[in-house]
Amino acid sequence: MSVDGIIFSNIHDHNISELTRLRTLASVPFGCRYRLIDFPLSNMVNSNITNINVIAQYNYHSLMDHIGTGKDWDLARRSGGVKILPPYITGYANNVSTSYLTRLDALKGVHYPISQMTSDYVVMSDCNVICNIDLNDMIKDHIASGADVTMAVKRMDLTPAFAKENTIIFSSRDGRITDMLPYPTNFFGNADVSLNILVINRQYLQELTRDAVAYGYTSLTRDVFVKSLPRRNFRTYRYDGYFACISSFEDYFKYNLQLIEDKEMFDSLFGVEDRPIFTKVRNSAPTYYSDNSTVKNSLIADGCTIEGTVENSILFRGVKVGKGAVVKNSILFQDTVIGEGASIGYTLCDKNVVIRENVVISGHITLPLYVDKGKMV
Amino acid sequence: MLKKKECIAMLLAGGQGSRLYTLTEKTAKPAVPFGGKYRIIDFPMSNCVNSGIDTVGVLTQYQPLVLNEYIGNGQPWDLDRTHGGVTVLSPYEAKGGKDWYRGTANAIYQNLTFIERYSPEYTLILGGDHIYKMDYSKMLEAHKKNGADCTIAVLEVPMEEASRFGILNTDETDRIIEFEEKPKQPKSNKASMGIYIFTTEVLKKYLIEDEADPNSSNDFGKNIIPNMLNDGKKMYSYTFRGYWKDVGTLTSLWEANMDILGKKPNFDLYDRKFRIFYRHNALPPHRLGEDAKVKNSMLTEGCVIDGTVENSVLSNGVIVERGAVVRDSVIMSGVRIAAGAKVEYAIIDSDTVVGAGCDLGSAKETQKLLVLGSGLKVPAGTKIAGGEMVDAGNLKDYID
Repeated sequence: MSVDGIIFSNIHDHNISELTRLRTLASVPFGCRYRLIDFPLSNMVNSNITNINVIAQYNYHSLMDHIGTGKDWDLARRSGGVKILPPYITGYANNVSTSYLTRLDALKGVHYPISQMTSDYVVMSDCNVICNIDLNDMIKDHIASGADVTMAVKRMDLTPAFAKENTIIFSSRDGRITDMLPYPTNFFGNADVSLNILVINRQYLQELTRDAVAYGYTSLTRDVFVKSLPRRNFRTYRYDGYFACISSFEDYFKYNLQLIEDKEMFDSLFGVEDRPIFTKVRNSAPTYYSDNSTVKNSLIADGCTIEGTVENSILFRGVKVGKGAVVKNSILFQDTVIGEGASIGYTLCDKNVVIRENVVISGHITLPLYVDKGKMV
Repeated sequence: MLKKKECIAMLLAGGQGSRLYTLTEKTAKPAVPFGGKYRIIDFPMSNCVNSGIDTVGVLTQYQPLVLNEYIGNGQPWDLDRTHGGVTVLSPYEAKGGKDWYRGTANAIYQNLTFIERYSPEYTLILGGDHIYKMDYSKMLEAHKKNGADCTIAVLEVPMEEASRFGILNTDETDRIIEFEEKPKQPKSNKASMGIYIFTTEVLKKYLIEDEADPNSSNDFGKNIIPNMLNDGKKMYSYTFRGYWKDVGTLTSLWEANMDILGKKPNFDLYDRKFRIFYRHNALPPHRLGEDAKVKNSMLTEGCVIDGTVENSVLSNGVIVERGAVVRDSVIMSGVRIAAGAKVEYAIIDSDTVVGAGCDLGSAKETQKLLVLGSGLKVPAGTKIAGGEMVDAGNLKDYID
């Protein structure tokens, strides 16, 4: 039994357009030292899936920089490993728009590499879902049930705002999927939500990609899966662990801060035995806390120097907080510098932001402030 | 036909470090943890990489398991190379018999074939028991400029301490005229750092001659260097300016850890241009709770702090529970300090659990350092005074 992986790096970019202006959703930072793609990548590596294609479309410099050779995930391999698949454009093509919004379009763009796959099964994952899932167990389920496609779902109470950004799955008692409802408007109540992680038989994947190219289908759920439900065996796999689905900037902000308060969430992501989350190694020194520092309720990466006050905040690697500065309810990306005496609250500082001495800025819990990459305030 | 290398490094990492007692019971000294997330050997290894040396032979002998595993294929230091990279060289059995490494010179002698594979013009010999950042390429430049046979790195130590070191007496061009091991009346303060660059041809000749001498103790400091001096070889000193610390004793290991603390630390680990590389554990960021109080300390990945930490260096995954106090201490990876316990002026080795309400160690001013070995389970409420050395063998003596 062999399994390959496919990760979609750009789908859902529009969910947090602030952070994806200069990067893919896959390379959006999360939880002090991770990027969103670390979760699907680690999930696959921890389940011995070591031939992984990451489909990229635009803005993927940061993604390439993050993944590098793949050695930090043990994916620098002679055979297999991790490969980034950018859109394929021939020198003769003119006026071809390769921009896409759906997974099926993404697959069509790389149909040649897909047609060359030889594994028995393929695991496909988006990057907007943060979870630590045992894919081996899911694959085992998939094989045992003889399904064509197995989709990971989680049962939860939905608000219309949340449902609008997700796909609802309906299934019979024995787990066979009977209907799918992608991005419903005005849906609420208790239902199964798709994690955008699925196991598919390789031959079926090749077949549906070929058909999609031939017939010009654009949506995997709407044009292919829903239509195939009567003929094909689609099944659910229930996931009970923690899962965060990033559907807006406010969500993104909320889930980051939730990591601090909710120890259970933190442990179910990072504390699972034998399933660590890997990320790019930066070789930072440890973090230094000076005599004047007061730090409470915070998650802090390595390589920081803290001389001020930090509360309920997330500090990424290499952040500097000056003497007398106060940081509350904020997220500071890599190498942010907070000057002496400055004060910030409910703010997200993107990479390399400098907040000068004695500057006071604050957003609100319902409207967090965003400071763009490299800006000086 | 493989490309020859200009300079390769031979890192002597076989020492036991017996004065670190329980810390080196199961690991070689170069594999002893330092500064939260490093091991001692990361410093010479990173120095090599930062100096453009991409071929390093690491000579191991004493308790090599942890060290070998740590070095692995050299990936953390970018030393997983197609040609060169890091090679662990352990003593081996040969046609003429088998032999342990009988001294520093003998260890290199036994690996001459390794050196010859790369035909390096120069060979750098290093120890694996010092904490320092040094660009060896500058030393190599000086060696080439002087047209030297051997260049020895020296540190200018305070004159009153000079009698503890191997001292080099030089002329005004830095040419070495005399070498004295721990002189009673030192004539200079240039202490040898045990870092040598040899022109490989000369090194080979002297190693072979030294091996043929049955009375030799096969040591660089005792035999090779004096022999070369006697023959009037061109030997120069190269003065290193910067932080350099021998961490051969428990007190000096503790001191070196404290030297990385402070706004302007004696030893700066934050220079992004001269990074110290290390093998990485995939641990989450560290977390400080509602009641955490951290002052003048270093924390790293995986730590969970709900108590008080002052003037201390904590390694990966150290847990300090509510009400616990850690002061003036070096805590190695995976240690748990349970609620209400107090640890003062101590070194605690990996994975030890300090039970709730324990009172361990005495104030720093008493100068009595407490040392706890690895993997101990200290029962709740235990009291151990400073100056003690506790390991699995004698822990029961401290429990009443």
